[in-house]
Amino acid sequence: MKTIFKLALAAIAATALAGCSSTPETVAPVENRTTTTTVVTPDTGGTSTNGVNPTTGAAGSTMPSTTVVTSANTLRDPRSPLSRREIFYDYDSFTVRDEYKPLLEAHAAYLKQNRNARIKVEGNTDERGSREYNLALGQKRSESVKRVLTLLGVSESQIDTVSFGEEKPKNPTSSEAAYSENRRCDLAYAGE
Amino acid sequence: MNLSSLRIVTLFGALLFAAQVRAQLTIDIVGVGAQQIPVAVAGFAGSDAALAQQMSAVIEADLARSGLIKTVNSNGLPKNGELAAVPFSELKARGADATVIGSLVPAANGMVAVSFRLVDVPKQEQLTGLVFNVPNKDLRATAHRIADIVYERLTGEKGVFSTRLAYVAKSPGRFQLIVADSDGFNAIPVVNSAEPIISPAWSPDGSRLAYVSFEGRKPSVYIQNVSSGQRTLLTRAAGNQSAPAWSPSGDQIVFASSQAGGTQLFVAGADGSNSRRLTNSGAIDTTPNWAPDGRIYFMSDRGGSPQIYRIAGEGGNAERITFEGSDNANPRVAADGKSMVFVKREGSRYMLAVQDFASRQVQTLTQGPVDESPSFAPNGKLIVYASVYNGKGILAAVSADGRVKQRLGASNADVREPAWGPLPK
Repeated sequence: MKTIFKLALAAIAATALAGCSSTPETVAPVENRTTTTTVVTPDTGGTSTNGVNPTTGAAGSTMPSTTVVTSANTLRDPRSPLSRREIFYDYDSFTVRDEYKPLLEAHAAYLKQNRNARIKVEGNTDERGSREYNLALGQKRSESVKRVLTLLGVSESQIDTVSFGEEKPKNPTSSEAAYSENRRCDLAYAGE
Repeated sequence: MNLSSLRIVTLFGALLFAAQVRAQLTIDIVGVGAQQIPVAVAGFAGSDAALAQQMSAVIEADLARSGLIKTVNSNGLPKNGELAAVPFSELKARGADATVIGSLVPAANGMVAVSFRLVDVPKQEQLTGLVFNVPNKDLRATAHRIADIVYERLTGEKGVFSTRLAYVAKSPGRFQLIVADSDGFNAIPVVNSAEPIISPAWSPDGSRLAYVSFEGRKPSVYIQNVSSGQRTLLTRAAGNQSAPAWSPSGDQIVFASSQAGGTQLFVAGADGSNSRRLTNSGAIDTTPNWAPDGRIYFMSDRGGSPQIYRIAGEGGNAERITFEGSDNANPRVAADGKSMVFVKREGSRYMLAVQDFASRQVQTLTQGPVDESPSFAPNGKLIVYASVYNGKGILAAVSADGRVKQRLGASNADVREPAWGPLPK
C-alpha cells in the first residue's frame, strides 16, 4: 500500500515551483479538489526507497533567503497548489491516497526551496470510536504526510506533526458527509 | 408554626430543590433491578422545614438511584425523629421493610445537629442511628453520608453517594472540566478553556485530576490539585501526550505519547520525573489503566484490530486479553481487580461490556449506539459512561450486572468523559 512518489515527478514539481516563486502565473492549472474523483494511478512497480532527492536540497541551500518573502503570496494564491491544504482519508485509514501526490509534491518542493519554512501537519478523525484511539489515529495520519514529505526530500526539522483526534471537527454533525470531511490532515505554514 | 404555613414552606423548599436539579444534572432511572429493598424515607423533623425536607429528599434520591433500593411513598408520614413515633402498621401497609427517620436541631456556634435512625419495620427495631454536628453548608454532604450508611447497612456494599464525578462539558466555543457530587449537584468548573479537554483521571486519594488539554496547540497532560486549582504540565516532551492513568499508589502516571513517532505508552512520576517508555509495538498503544495488582491494561492494534492487552508495570511482554469481536477498547479494571469494563464495537454500534478475568466470560451491558468512556464507581457496582441521547452528549450509569440504567443529562451543554472519583477518606 505504501506508495512513494517517483523521483522524476518530484523533480518536475520542484522545477515548476522554482518558476512559480517569482512568476506564480506559470503554475500548472490547479485541480478542483471538490470534484476530483479518486484516480488510482497504477503503481508501475519498484517503488524506490531512495526517493529523497539530495540535489534539490543542495540547490535549496544556495538559494538566497529573500525568496521566502515573495513566497508568501504563492502560499495563498488560489491558483497555486500550495494553497491546497487538506488531505482526506478513508475510514480508519492513514494511507495518503494517490490523488494527493501533486499537492504534496508542490509543498515538498516549496519546503526544499525555502529551508527556513516550517510546516505543521494536523491530523483529524471522524467521531466514531474512542477519543483516545482517534487521537492516536490522527497522529498516524499526520505522520503519514510527514513521511511522504521527507521521502520527497524535505528535512524532518521542517515538519511538525500534531493530532487533534475527533476533538476539532470541521463539520460537527453526525453524517457520512461530515465524517469524510473530518477524516483529514490540515497543512499550515509557521507564521501564517 | 401551623400546618398550612409548614406546607407552604415545604413546597417552596421542594420548588427550590427542583429548580436546582434542572440547572445541573438530572437523573432519570430507566431500568430496575430484580431485587429491591423497599424503604420509606420519612420527612425529617426540624424548625427549618425547607432544610429538613431537603435532607430527606437527598437521601431518598440517593437510595432510589442505587438500583438496589426501592423508595416507598412517604407522604403523610409523621416528621418525627423518635423511634416511639414510627407508625409501623402504616409502613407495613405501604410495603416498607425499613424506614429512615431523622431531625435537624439548631446547635451551638451556628451548627446543626442532624440525627437519623434506620428502622427495621417488621421487627420494629432500630438497625443503626447517628448524630452529626455540621455547619449548614455541609447538610447535603451529610445527607449523602446518611444514604451511604443506610445503603451499606441494607445491602452489605459500600455506598458511593459521597463520591464525586469529574466530566467535560462542551458548549459553543467552550470546554469545561467539571467536578460535581455523585448526584450531579455542586457542579464546579475546575478548568475553563476554548480548546478541547479530554480524559480526566482522579488520583487514588481524590486530591488531584490528570487530564488532557489542547490549550498549547497540541494535546498535553496536566496534573491539577482539585481544591487549590494549582496545576503542572506533566512533561514538555515532543509530540502528543494523552490518556493519563494513575498508579494504585498515586505516585506514577502511565500515559500515551507520540514523542517517539507512533502513539506508545510511557510511565513517569506524577511530577513528570523519570519518564520511560513502557511499550514498543510500532502500533497504536493507548488508553492505559493501572489495575490494583500493578499490571497495566491498555488498547493496542498491534494484532491488526484494536484489542485489549495487559503488561507488567515494569514492562516486558504484553498479553492479549480480548479475543471476541472486531474492536475492543478503553479498559477500566474494577477496584477488586477481578473484572474490567470496556467498549466493544459491533458493526457501527459501540457498547459497554464487562469481562470476568477468571472465567474470561464477556457480558454486554449496554446497547449503544454510541456508548464510550466507562468509569467504575469505587464500590464496583455502578459504571458511569458517556452516551448520546436525542443527539446530545449525556452521562449515563449502568449497574455492573447490566440490570439498572440511569441517564444523567445536563440542561445546556454536551457532557462527556466522566470519571468517577474514589471513596472519600
